[in-house]
Amino acid sequence: MDAEVIHRLHFAFTVTYHYLFPQLTMGLAPLIVIFKSLALWRGDERYNHAARFWMRIFAINFLFGVITGIPMEFQFGTNWAKFAHYSGGVIATTLAMEGVFAFFLESSFLGLFLFGERRLGPRWHWVAAFMVFLGSWLSGYFIIVTNAWMQHPVGYEIGPDGVARLKSFWALLTNPWAFWQYLHNMNGAVITAAFVMAAVGAFYLLARKQEEYGRLFLKAGVVTALVCSMLQLYPLGDAQGRMVARHQPVTLAAMEGVFRTEAGAPIVIIGQPDVEKQRLDNPITVPKMLSFLTYRRWEAEVKGLDAFPRDQWPDNIPLLYYSYHIMVGLGTIFIAIAVVAAFLLWRRRLYEARWMLWILMLSFPFPYIANTAGWMTAELGRQPWLVYGLMRTSEGYSPTVSAGNGMFTLIGFMGMYMALGILFLFLIWREIEHGPKFLSEGPSAIPPSAKILPETGD
Amino acid sequence: METLWFILVALMLIAYVVLDGFDLGAGIIHLLVAKDETERRLILRSIGPVWDGNEVWLIAAGGALYFAFPLLYASSFSGFYLPLMIVLWLLMLRGIGIELRSHVDSPLWREFFDFVFSASSLLLAVFFGAAIGNVVRGVPLDERGFFFAPLWTDFRVGPQPGILDWYTVLTGLLAFATLAVHGAHWIAYKTEGPLNERARRAAARGWYLIVALTILSLVATLNVRPQVLDNFRAHWWGWLIPLAVAASLAAMPLFQRRRRDLAAFLASTLYITAMLGGAAFAMYPYLLPATTDPARSLTIFNAQSGPYSLRVGFIWWLIGMALAVGYFVFLYRFFRGKVSLEEREGY
Ligand code: HDD
Ligand code: HEM
Ligand code: HEM
Repeated sequence: MDAEVIHRLHFAFTVTYHYLFPQLTMGLAPLIVIFKSLALWRGDERYNHAARFWMRIFAINFLFGVITGIPMEFQFGTNWAKFAHYSGGVIATTLAMEGVFAFFLESSFLGLFLFGERRLGPRWHWVAAFMVFLGSWLSGYFIIVTNAWMQHPVGYEIGPDGVARLKSFWALLTNPWAFWQYLHNMNGAVITAAFVMAAVGAFYLLARKQEEYGRLFLKAGVVTALVCSMLQLYPLGDAQGRMVARHQPVTLAAMEGVFRTEAGAPIVIIGQPDVEKQRLDNPITVPKMLSFLTYRRWEAEVKGLDAFPRDQWPDNIPLLYYSYHIMVGLGTIFIAIAVVAAFLLWRRRLYEARWMLWILMLSFPFPYIANTAGWMTAELGRQPWLVYGLMRTSEGYSPTVSAGNGMFTLIGFMGMYMALGILFLFLIWREIEHGPKFLSEGPSAIPPSAKILPETGD
Repeated sequence: METLWFILVALMLIAYVVLDGFDLGAGIIHLLVAKDETERRLILRSIGPVWDGNEVWLIAAGGALYFAFPLLYASSFSGFYLPLMIVLWLLMLRGIGIELRSHVDSPLWREFFDFVFSASSLLLAVFFGAAIGNVVRGVPLDERGFFFAPLWTDFRVGPQPGILDWYTVLTGLLAFATLAVHGAHWIAYKTEGPLNERARRAAARGWYLIVALTILSLVATLNVRPQVLDNFRAHWWGWLIPLAVAASLAAMPLFQRRRRDLAAFLASTLYITAMLGGAAFAMYPYLLPATTDPARSLTIFNAQSGPYSLRVGFIWWLIGMALAVGYFVFLYRFFRGKVSLEEREGY
C-alpha cells in the first residue's frame, strides 16, 4: 500500500473510533441537565439518582473520548503535515479555540460535577452540569467549523508563500456550511443518547429490575427520540442535502447514484451502483422526487456524474453511495420506531409491550452506525479534495513519513483501541448492572470500589 | 506579534509541564512511596479532579503552536512521528491507569492499573525531556523545512542524529528526576502522616539527582549548541534566569527540611519555569534549528501563520485564557487542603 492510502486509513480509523464517544457525551449532556432541572424544579430526589447514574456512564464515556481525542489533534501534524502547513493559517484558529474555550471549560467543570456534588449544593451542581454541557457543545461547534472549512472554504486568502491564511475571522466562524452541519450533527448525537437511554430502560423492564428507573429512562428516551429523529430528516437533513447540491454538486450526484444528468430526476431507494458501466443495478426509485427535494421543482434538472470531469469524481463512489443510503435508511427507521413507541407510551401500553421493549433494547447500536455513515458520506463525498477545490488529498499527507511507519502506528492504534473497546464495554456493563437503584440505597450499599460515591438526599 | 506569540506558546507549554508535571511525578513515585491501598488511593485523590484539566494545557499549547507557527507544527510533528505516537499511546495508558483502577474491587485489577499508571508516567517524563533536548540540539531539516527522525541511530550527536542520542537521553533523565521531585512535593503538600514523610524523603533524595543532572546537561548543552549563549551575551537581564534556577535549587532542600511543603512545591515550580524559560530565551528567535544547513532553520519569522490571524488570535486568546485561569483558580481552591478518604466522593 502506498503512503497516501495508509495515512487516509490511519485518519479514518482513529477519527471514526473517536467519534463513537463524543456523540454520546454531547447527546447525554443536555439530557443530564434536564434531569437535574427536573430534580430542582419538582424537588423529586429520583431525578437526582437518575442524573447520577447517567453521570457515571458519562464519566467513563468522557474518559474514552478524551484519550482517543488527543491523537486526533496531533494527527494533522504527524500524518497530514502538508495539509497542516497549507491550511494551518485558517483552521488552526478554530482548533486552538476549541482547546482554549471548550476543553478547559469542559474538563474543569467535569471535575466539579463528578466530585463536588455535596459541597456545591444542588443549585451550583446544576450549574456545573450546565457548564459541562456547554463545553461539549462548544467543542462540537469548533470542530465542525474546522471540518466545514475543508468542505466549503471561506474567509481565507492565499498568501505570498502559497499557503492559505485567514482573511476574515467572522466569515470563518459563520461559515454557512457549518450552520446546518452543526445542527444536524448535534441532533444526531442526541438521537444516539436517546436510543441508548431508551435501551437501558427497556433492559430494566425486560429483566424486571430497577423498574421505576426503567420507566423513567424509557419515557425520556422515547420522547427525545421522537422529536429528534423527526427534526433530523426535516428540516436538518433536507437542508444539509440542499447545501451539498449547491456547493458540491458532484458529491450529490455520487451519493444519490445519479450517473446521467436528467430533468425530473427520480430518487433511488434501493440499487447498487456499477461505476464501470455507469449505471445502477436493480433500482427501485420514486419518480421526480430527487428534483423536487433538491430544487423544490418536480422538473428541475439534476446534474449527474457525466456532467463533471472524471478527475473530480469522489474516488469511492459505491462506499459513498451506501454510506449515504444507510444513514437515510436508518433515519427513516428511527422515525418509525420512535412513532410506534411514543404511541404506545401515550396509550400507556409501552411498559407492558414486551415486543416493543425488545426492539428498543436492541436498537441502540444503530444511531452509532447512522452517525458514522453520515460522516463517511461527508468525508468520502469531499474526495478527491482535502480542502474542497483548493488542495487534493494526494497532496496533503506528510512527505517524510513512510508507508511503513504509518502502517506501524496504524496497527498500534488498532491493537490499543481493541483493548480499550473491551474495557469500555466491560465497565459500562457493570454500571448498568448496578443501576440507579443501588445508587439510591445509601452509602452502605456501595462497594468501596465505586468510583463516584453518590449521596442520598442532601 | 511573532515574538509575542513565541512567548505565549512558551508560557502555555511551561504551564503544561508545571501542572501535568506533578501528575506525572505523582505517577512516577506512586509505587515507591505509597505502601498500601489507602495510600495509593490518597495519591490518586490528590490528582484525580485536576489531571484531566492539566492535560488540556498540552492540547491547548499544541493548538496554539499550530495556530501561531503552522510550518513548525507540520514539520516537527511529522518529523518526530514515532516518538509522538508513542507519547500518545502513553498518554492514553496514563489516563486509563488513573481512572479505571478504582472501578473494580479486585487486587489483581488494581495492581495492573497501578503499574500502568507508574510505567506510563515514567516513560512520558523521559520522552518529554528528550523532546526538549531534540529541539535544542536541532534536527536535519531539508530544503522544504521537513525531516524525519528515527528513534535512534548511533546515539551520537552528529548531523543525522536520532531522537535518542546521549544528549537527549541526558535531558530525558533530567526531566524524569525533576518531575519525580515535583510530584513528591505535591504529594507531600496534599497528604499527612507517613505518606507525607515518605514523599518528603523521596523529594530530598531526588534533589541530589537533579543538581547533578542539571550541571551535566548545562555543560553538555554548551558543547552541543554553543549558540545558546548568544542571547545571554546580547541581553544582560537574561542572566537572571540561571540565577533563578540556582535560587530554586537552593530553596528546595531548605523548605523540605522545614516541612514547608507548599513552599518546596513552589520552588520546584520555579525551577521548571526557569529551566524551560531559559531554554526558550536561548532559542529565540529559532524554533527548530537545522543541523544540516543553518539557513534552513525554522524561526518565528518563516514559520508564522500571518499577521491578521495572529492579531485576532491575541484577542480571543486573552479572553479564553482569562476564563481558563479563572476556572483553574476556582478548581484548585475548591479542592484545596489535604486529601482524606473521609470525603465520600472520589477514587
Ligand atoms: C443519527 C444520525 C443521523 C441520521 C439519522 C441522519 N443523519 Fe445525516 N448526517 C449525520 C447523522 C445522521 C452526521 C453524522 O451528523 C453527518 C455527517 C457529517 C455531518 O456534518 O453530519 C450527516 C451528514 C449528512 C449530509 C451531508 C453529507 C455531505 O456533507 O456530503 C446529508 C445530506 C445528510 N446527512 C442528510 C440526511 C438525511 C436526509 C437524513 C434522513 C433521515 C439523515 N441525514 C439522517
Ligand atoms: C467524527 C467524525 C468523523 C468521521 C467518522 C470522519 C471520517 C473520515 C473518513 C472515513 C476519512 C477517510 C476518507 C477517505 O480516505 O476517503 C476521513 C478523512 C479525513 N478527515 Fe474526517 N471524519 C470525521 C470528522 C472529521 C473532522 C471534524 C475533521 C476536521 C477537523 C476531519 C478531517 C479529516 C482529514 C484531514 C482527513 C484525511 C484526508 C482525507 O482523506 O480526506 N474529519 N475522515
Ligand atoms: C479531526 C477531528 C477531531 C479532533 C482533532 C478532535 C480532538 C479532540 C481532543 C483533543 C479531545 C480531548 C479533549 C480533552 O482532553 O478534554 C476531544 C474530545 C472531544 N471531541 Fe473530538 N476531535 C475530533 C473529532 C470530533 C468530532 C467530529 C466531534 C463532534 C462533533 C468531537 C467532539 C468532541 C467532544 C465533545 C469531546 C469531549 C470528550 C468527549 O466528549 O468524550 N470531536 N476531541
